[in-house]
Parts: sequence; structure tokens; C-alpha cells
Amino acid sequence: MNSGAKRYLLLALLAALIVSGFSAYFNRYYLGVAIDVGINIMLAVSLNLINGHTGQFSLGHAGFMAVGGYIAAKFSLLLQPALPPWMQPLIFCAGLLLGGAIAALTGLAVGVPTLRLYGDYLAIVTLGFGEIIRVIFQTSETFGAATGLTGIPNWTHFGWAWSGAAICVFVVTCLVNSTYGRGFIAVKDDEIAASASGINPVRYKVTAFVVGAFFAGVAGGLYAHHKSFLSPTGFDFMKSIDIVVMVILGGMGRTVGVIIAAILLTLLPEYLREFSDYRMILYALLIILIMIARPQGLFTFARRRPDSK
Amino acid sequence: MAPLLQLDQVTICFGGLTAVSAVDLRLGPRELVGLIGPNGAGKTTLFNLITGVYPPTRGAIYFDGRPTANLKAHQLVRRGIARTFQNIRLFASMTVFDTVRTAVQVHRTHGLRDALLRGGGFRRAEAEVERQVRELLALFQLDRVRDEPAVGLPYGDQRRLEIVRALATRPRLLLLDEPAAGMNPTEKSELTALIRLLQEKFQIAVLLVEHDMRVVMGICERIVVLDYGVKIADGPPAAVRANPRVIEAYLGEEAAPHA
Ligand SMILES: Nc1ncnc2c1ncn2[C@@H]1O[C@H](COP(=O)(O)OP(=O)(O)OP(=O)(O)O)[C@@H](O)[C@H]1O
Ligand SMILES: [Mg+2]
Repeated sequence: MNSGAKRYLLLALLAALIVSGFSAYFNRYYLGVAIDVGINIMLAVSLNLINGHTGQFSLGHAGFMAVGGYIAAKFSLLLQPALPPWMQPLIFCAGLLLGGAIAALTGLAVGVPTLRLYGDYLAIVTLGFGEIIRVIFQTSETFGAATGLTGIPNWTHFGWAWSGAAICVFVVTCLVNSTYGRGFIAVKDDEIAASASGINPVRYKVTAFVVGAFFAGVAGGLYAHHKSFLSPTGFDFMKSIDIVVMVILGGMGRTVGVIIAAILLTLLPEYLREFSDYRMILYALLIILIMIARPQGLFTFARRRPDSK
Repeated sequence: MAPLLQLDQVTICFGGLTAVSAVDLRLGPRELVGLIGPNGAGKTTLFNLITGVYPPTRGAIYFDGRPTANLKAHQLVRRGIARTFQNIRLFASMTVFDTVRTAVQVHRTHGLRDALLRGGGFRRAEAEVERQVRELLALFQLDRVRDEPAVGLPYGDQRRLEIVRALATRPRLLLLDEPAAGMNPTEKSELTALIRLLQEKFQIAVLLVEHDMRVVMGICERIVVLDYGVKIADGPPAAVRANPRVIEAYLGEEAAPHA
């Protein structure tokens, strides 16, 4: 029933590469925004696996993003001068995967001890973890301390960002829609009933954290090679909140809604630059309104919700 | 025959309260046993002990001859113990079909990697899962509502769906916690027939907690009575019904057989 999924992935990758091939003809500013959109889709869809599908409230996504970003950036900075230019895509790809892998390991390290916690407690621990990561980079000389890393090669073009987004959407969708993936939903709905149906809740939660952290790490690497510089303040907990807002706005566990929300919340701040100081206030109001009026998310349509009784 | 389930002096204390106290119990491979007792007697707690939700404070539990200590709830499901809940616990965001699909996969041979690679083996395995789910739903007349949200079903169907979900894990022992609660008389007699059917068709042992004596007396070959966590009787229905301690603790005078 999901045999078409692979075809969609191929089409999406092809489209990303074709658009990328014509990128010289597009306005550079818009192209930059489009890359931001791709990266944010990755972040939101991967967080949605943890927060939406599996029901674990994580506030540490910016931390995983930072790990991937710094690792990939450092990798490129070290290897680029030593290797010929034709190897650049290889270095880039390897750096992204390395960053993702180390972010995934970090996800494992955070996940295993903390997944006994529920709800608010988990949120607080993951928030603290994100801040610890940031402080580590902020104090580490290797990673440029408070100034961060500069001169990172500007390799993330449209094709990279949107291929990343397509792969991330593919992986999360395939995982969740398989029989295996029902386990994530079961854990979200009722952990006790899930165990009574033979699902190992810890295993699924850790898997969600590891997969989610991997894509956050890759997104971090893409981000680093898009902006060309990294500063630790870019990964503070406001960044995590940004991503959480996309997930809530799009509807927890609804991939399409979350993609739309990621697009909108990337574009809106671009158009409302003069209001940027009030962004967090706006988000807070938005979330309160959504929780009251549309708890299933702004962009979820036509799926019948069971009445809760 | 060796017992399928064996409880030796199983005890659990919650703070000062001894909810289950030194209970010995043996259950054969295809026995259908009723577990009765007043509210708060410890019936649900006994289920929670057998299914690994709580470890016993004292005593030991053996399933199929092997101790169950240190096994988590989901591991016991894999060994062959399934249950339903007194307060229905269906998955709130799943359809009927997906509810059963979730449980069928206990013995699945494909996992995360296959879900991503989506090769031929994966598709065959998914098709097999689907076939099993369809068969179960048809057997319990839930195929008409397979795409409905599970928690949107009428109450009786929700209870039945919980039983199907438990059966989907292919258990050898099924624990039913008040499956007839909240059902009307018609639904109750249907349920009675269904429990008989599933016990015969699937050849499993059933431990049934139920307050409706007509249901219990009608289908159980043996009845165990708990009172304040203590087992006060264990025997065939007629003997239990005539037992003065059971009458005093639970059944009351009317239920006593007329001399
Ligand atoms: N987790 C727990 N912590 C503390 N006390 C508990 C816990 N679980 C059960 N109890 C207590 O243990 C006793 C037995 O409860 P249990 O739910 O097993 O009774 P029951 O026989 O199933 O009753 P009912 O017929 O009402 O379902 C009760 O006094 C209950 O309050
Ligand atoms: Mg009970």
C-alpha cells in the first residue's frame, strides 16, 4: 500500500535537483528563503516524529541541530583546504551524515536515561539538555567559543536542502505508516495498552529520539553551510520553540499540516521583519488560540477524529 | 499435566495495604476459570501481577514452567499472556483495523529497516499482517467497522475489540477483566457465547473476572474467590456457590442454592 512512497521520493528528489539546476536564474534572496524553508521542513517533520507521532514532548531539537551543524561545519573547514574541489560534494555529504550520526548518538544518550519521564518533566529535561549543548559549544575553543565558526563553505544550494527535506519526509512517513510504525502511535495513545499489546514503549521512544535527532543534525549541517557561519546563540531554546510551534500549528502527528506550518512560519517572519521583536509574543498567542479553537492543528482537514470519551 | 500458569504465595503490598495476600493458583493449558470477589478484593491487582505491571512483593509466578520475574509487560505478551482492561484502554487515535494491526505485529519478522527499504519481503509481510487482521475482525463481526475510529464504537463493540486486540497477540493465556461490564443482557449472552467460542477455537486458557454471576456460572469450569486479597475458595461452580465463606463475603444469601 506504500509501494508508491518510493516513487514520490524519487520525484521529489528529481524536482529538487532540476529546480536547483536553474537556480542561477532565480532571485538570490528568494532562493535563500526557499533553502530556509527546506531546512525548517526537515526540523519540523523530524520533531513531529518525537512530539507528534510518539507523544513525547521534547524541547531540545535545537540542541540536536547544533550538534549536527557544528560537526559538519568543522568537518568541512578541516578537509576543504586539503582536498581538491571536485571532492567538495563528497566532503559535504560525509560531513552531513557524520553530523547527523553524532546528533543521533546524542539523542540516544539523552533518550535512554530520560524516557522514563513523562510530559512536563521530559520537556524540562530536554530543554536543559539543549542549553547544555549550547553552552558546551559556547565555551569550546575548537568550535570558536562565543564567536562561533565563520567561513564555512557556502555549499547548501536548493537541491541539497530540498533533497534533505524529501528524504526526511519519506523516512518519517514510511516509518509511521508501516505496521511497525503503529507502535509509535500506540505509545502516544496509551503506554500501558501498548505494552499489553506487546509493544516495547522504551524501544519506540528511543527510536523516535534517535531518528528525530539524526535529521535535526543533518538539518543543522545544511543550515551551517547555508549561512556560512554558526554562533551558539542561534541554537538557544527560542530556536527549539520555533520548531515546536511549527509542529503544534501543523497538528501533532500530521505530516502534511506540519510541512505547511513550517513553510508559513518561515515565510511570515521574512515579511514581518519589523515585528521580529514581538515574534515570541505572537507565537504564544497563536498557540493559546490554537489550543482553544483547533487543538488538532490549523492545517489538518478531513480526517475524522474519534470523539473523546 | 503441568500447569500453564502457577502462582506461589504471591503477595503485593501498596504501602500498608496488602492487596493480594499469599495467593496460590494453578491454571491448566485449556482451562476456563472464573475469578470473583467483592470490590477491592484484588482481582485486577492479581491481573497486573500476572501481566508484569507490578512485581510481587513476595512469592513467584511461573508461566509455562518458567519464572516471569524480571520480564516486562510486553515481554510477557510475547511469551503468551494477553489481557483486557477493566476500564477500556483502546488507542484513541487509531481505527479498528490499526488497533488490531498493532497487536498482530508482536510476532512480526520485519521491523524498522524493512519499513524503510520497502522490498518485496516487507510487502509480503505487510500483506500477511493484513490478512490476519481481516480474519480476526471477520470472526468477531467487526469487519464492517474496520475503518471507524476505535473509540467511536458502541460500548459493547469496544469491549469486543479489546478482546480481539488481545487475541491478535496469539496468547496461550487470556485474562479478561470484567468483559461484560456495562453490557445489556443480549450483549452479555453474545459475549458468553464468544468466550466459549474463542476458548475452543484458539485452544487457550482463560481467566475471567466478572461480577455477573450468570456469565461466570454459565461458562466457567472452575471458580476462584478472592476476598481482601486472600483466596477463600477454589473449585467447581456448584461447590463455590454453596461455600458459606463465599456466601458471606460476596454472593449474599439469595445466591445460595436452595436446599
Ligand atoms: N497501584 C495501587 N496503589 C495503591 N493501591 C492500589 C493500587 N492498585 C490497587 N490498589 C488497591 O488494592 C485493592 C485491590 O484493588 P483491585 O483493583 O485489585 O480490586 P478489584 O478486585 O479489581 O476490585 P473491582 O471489583 O472494584 O474492580 C484496592 O483497595 C485498591 O485500592
Ligand atoms: Mg478490578
